[in-house]
Amino acid sequence: MSQHARLSRFSMVMLAIGFLFLYLPMLSLIVYSFNESKLVTVWAGFSTKWYFELFRDRQMIDAAKISLQLAFFTACAAVVLGTMAAMVMTRFRSFRGKTLFSALITAPLVMPEVITGLSMLLLFVSLGDWFGIFQQRSVATMWIAHVTFTMAFVTVIISSRLGELDRSLEEAAMDLGANRLKVFFVITLPIIAPALLSGWLMAFTLSLDDLVISSFTSGPSSTTLPMKIFSSVRMGVSPKINALASLMILAVSAAALIAWWSMRRSEKRRQRDMQLALQQN
Amino acid sequence: MSRALRSLKKYLPGSRWLVIAVPYIWMLLFFAIPLAIAFKISFSQAAIAMPPYTPLLVWIDGHPALDVHLKNYMYLIKDSLYVSAYLSSIKIAVISTFLCLLIGYPMAYAIARMDPATRNIALMLVVLPSWTSFLIRIYAWIGILKNNGLLNNFLMWTGVIDEPLAIMHTPIAVYIGIVYAYLPFMVLPLYANLVKLDIRLLEAASDLGARPWKAFLKVTLPLSKAGIIAGSMLVMIPVVGEFVIPEMLGGPDTLMIGRILWQEFFNNRDWPVASAVSIVMLLLLIIPIMIFHRAQAKEMEAKLA
Repeated sequence: MSQHARLSRFSMVMLAIGFLFLYLPMLSLIVYSFNESKLVTVWAGFSTKWYFELFRDRQMIDAAKISLQLAFFTACAAVVLGTMAAMVMTRFRSFRGKTLFSALITAPLVMPEVITGLSMLLLFVSLGDWFGIFQQRSVATMWIAHVTFTMAFVTVIISSRLGELDRSLEEAAMDLGANRLKVFFVITLPIIAPALLSGWLMAFTLSLDDLVISSFTSGPSSTTLPMKIFSSVRMGVSPKINALASLMILAVSAAALIAWWSMRRSEKRRQRDMQLALQQN
Repeated sequence: MSRALRSLKKYLPGSRWLVIAVPYIWMLLFFAIPLAIAFKISFSQAAIAMPPYTPLLVWIDGHPALDVHLKNYMYLIKDSLYVSAYLSSIKIAVISTFLCLLIGYPMAYAIARMDPATRNIALMLVVLPSWTSFLIRIYAWIGILKNNGLLNNFLMWTGVIDEPLAIMHTPIAVYIGIVYAYLPFMVLPLYANLVKLDIRLLEAASDLGARPWKAFLKVTLPLSKAGIIAGSMLVMIPVVGEFVIPEMLGGPDTLMIGRILWQEFFNNRDWPVASAVSIVMLLLLIIPIMIFHRAQAKEMEAKLA
């Protein structure tokens, strides 16, 4: 066997081990969600009772509702702001303060959540002190915090798409007399639509998943699903959480499968169109 | 009417400025100013009031005066708890970044060498876990690692060990959790970098007589430096402030600064000390953050060129 083959075989083995490492824990969650026993790790027969228990847990359902709403509105705002920021980063000529602008966009990507959460809360408290707003923290304050930290991720996704985009279409439209706004809405936006969608999904999942920033910025009546999970896990492991985890994994896998399938279909259609175009010429 | 509108337009900022201003003001107001406020509050004193700290600006006989306290910072230096928490956070972050690199590099390399159709599936498999809840993925390890957990049961069943291994509530459990949660953040930038590698360079190296391993060390590895930096920073910086993983998998003696900050804020309700803790953490991370920002900006410029 050649050394080259050995190198690539080594990396393939590592990939397989990596995937086992990533997926075995999730598999164990699913298997034990069907366990009869309350002890998560001792198998005592097949049962679906934990799923019924989960749906009877009103607090859990309410928390899930708040989380889904928050994630939805966060993702919408983050995509709008993120698209603007990405246009500034990739299409606008330099202006004073652009360095600070790009630093403000990239820093939240790596900023430890405890720092973002704490400073956000201090802002809301200070605003309450100075202007009397946000004195009662609620879903609104969480929304602002979530939009702020997810926007950076959306900006990176969209600007990387804008960066590799062929500019000639935009320039052609400009030459034909369309103004910048029209070029953006008629040419650029449809082309980057898939990136907008993946940015939206990214912001949605980041918001749905966040515990630390939410804990700092939430109010008394706004407990999110991660906050609820965290407080119940602190009490000890519970098969109910396993049931919830399995449902989440199921939803995400289904979404991924649909995304993959539609991507493959549009890719195939594109290839067919290209072939047709070649035949016609 | 339209003429009036047009002349009005001259005085209004154009749409270009609006597109810049909206995200700029948002980030200044909700990201930069909050950090400045945390900096300010780190110089005040805890008080039983709402908000629970003393104001910096006080009025003495009608004159404004600054009431600045360095006490919180002195406290951080004097109490060895904080110093060792910072050091141990950095140690844990560096070691787990290295472990992520060790596992993630071969994974990214294998994916980058696949044909495009399989590549997309493999990439999706890497990202998919991070779409499910972070908390729940860490929770899964509790069931695996605890004394009567899956791993110990399995090892005892096979007869490798007689007594359960104590992994849960130790630093090892924290390392496992961090590597597990942050591995995709390492693999993705590495993949994005390795997939761009011009295969002809490796062929040239091979033609000149370099063995594959040597070609890897002399060509692939140096060319993937940007990916290694981006991935490492993406893992290391957030891990320094990690709270959830040490809280759920670590023991009471697993010192990490994110956990200390959380306790100062939520349990002790000492907001000024919590602010000082976060400012010092930020100062420690400012250089890595700048390295990350430069790598990120370079990547952008390369794409635009």
